[in-house]
Amino acid sequence: MSLLAVSNLTRRYRRGGKTVVAVDDVSFHIEPGETLALAGPSGSGKSTIARLVLRLIEPDAGAIEFEGDDFLALRGATLRARRARLQMVFQDPLAAFNPRATVARVLDDPLRIHDIASRTERPRRIAALLERVGLAADLAPRAIHEISGGQRQRVAIARAIATSPSLIVLDEAVSALDVSVRRQILDLLLDLQRQERIAYLFISHDLGVVRAVAHRVILLDAGRIAESGDARAVIDAPQSTIGKALVAAAPRLKRTTQDAS
Amino acid sequence: MSPARRFLRTPEAVAGAILLAALIAMALVALLFPGDPQAIAGPALLPPFQDWSLPLGTDRLGRDVLAELFHGARASLAVGLAAAAAALAIGSVVGTLAGFAGGLVDEVLMRITDAFQTVPSFLLALAFVSVVGPSLGVVVIAIALGTWPGPARIARAEVLSIRERDYVASARAIGMHPLEIAFREVLPNALPPVLAMSSVIVAAAILTEAALSFLGLGDPNRVTWGGMIAEGRAVLRTAPFLSIVPGIALVLTVLGVYLAGEGIVETTAVRRGLS
Repeated sequence: MSLLAVSNLTRRYRRGGKTVVAVDDVSFHIEPGETLALAGPSGSGKSTIARLVLRLIEPDAGAIEFEGDDFLALRGATLRARRARLQMVFQDPLAAFNPRATVARVLDDPLRIHDIASRTERPRRIAALLERVGLAADLAPRAIHEISGGQRQRVAIARAIATSPSLIVLDEAVSALDVSVRRQILDLLLDLQRQERIAYLFISHDLGVVRAVAHRVILLDAGRIAESGDARAVIDAPQSTIGKALVAAAPRLKRTTQDAS
Repeated sequence: MSPARRFLRTPEAVAGAILLAALIAMALVALLFPGDPQAIAGPALLPPFQDWSLPLGTDRLGRDVLAELFHGARASLAVGLAAAAAALAIGSVVGTLAGFAGGLVDEVLMRITDAFQTVPSFLLALAFVSVVGPSLGVVVIAIALGTWPGPARIARAEVLSIRERDYVASARAIGMHPLEIAFREVLPNALPPVLAMSSVIVAAAILTEAALSFLGLGDPNRVTWGGMIAEGRAVLRTAPFLSIVPGIALVLTVLGVYLAGEGIVETTAVRRGLS
């Protein structure tokens, strides 16, 4: 049984009288502990799929099955409780936090909401979470805007793993980071996946990163699946037009293929 | 430069702060004035600067104008601040709920807001006080009733932009209750532009209170500046100081509140722009 099974997902937007189909009849599945990448140009529907899977927006058609249950049927408190198993890390680590928050408050929220630890126990859990993502525990009282971008993204990951989820949606989670920090964050994510068997829905426009971390990849074009399969196979020899265009547009990748030949 | 230093370098803000400090000092000193400001202290209609025990003279009934002025400062300040606080609180809660919930809740709340905004706020206050009866609390509620739609609209507009931000999405993603998201994540971040209105609202509330008192709808058991002006009206030609003294106090107070409020908004706005 798949961890997440999405079938025939469709989402339309109405913009100025015209209907734009952002996600058009998309189906895919993710197994426990697996990384599935969604790649494609801007506007191809990657982020819309992320938000649909998280129920931040509702689909017009289709079904989402998560951990064996009809995820779209959940409402109110049941849905909020189930959200603990399905977390998200956003692209811009500054925008993803309340500008008034401190590191401790950000990590305290999921522990409190899902009743994971008692009030007295929480500071210790927060310190453990910070250490788990490679940060010093004395960062807790600092304000979010005081710490660096890489540290912020680590805090975002700590928040995501606080509720022990089985799936984390990473929406361009490393795209806004500089190259050296990106490597560290990717290593942290792979390490967490190995130890906790967390599955990732990895959304990125960077095929180099996708090739390095994903097991399978889906290439999207205008809301439809253009191509899918084993990440390395697809990126090394794309069959679809959009796949070829995306690989050709990735300069680093082109050079490595030239070097190899 | 710290916001406090910047505030002190703005002459208008400093002038406003001094006026406001003087008003607060007057309101506090009023507590020291022995006895009742409505008690008869000397001969009736004594002009100012004649008797130094009654420096601003006496009114038609021989009451000490200076004591009345100081006690009036208390009423003006209390009503102004309380009415503005109530209007800002109601407005930001209504605006946040409307903007965050959207749909039917938004429609209903905003149509109610429209209804309150289309009625002239002074008439609304007048009608409310006439029906319920004049007392300080009723006056505060009456003024707040006509004032809250402004902050509500601004809060809603701000919330509409904030609710699309990633941190609201991430609060939902961790399973936070919608009401907690609205009041803990969204509302505090929507407040700065609403609070920027507070100086205007306090100034308007003080003026409305004075106007109500002038029409005889103030709390009859308290001395207010509006009431003093109304008292002096009958003897405007023979003793104009009875209306002029509280009138000047009113002008300076509104000016002080406005200038100090603007100064605070300006200096904090610069700070946000820099960071």
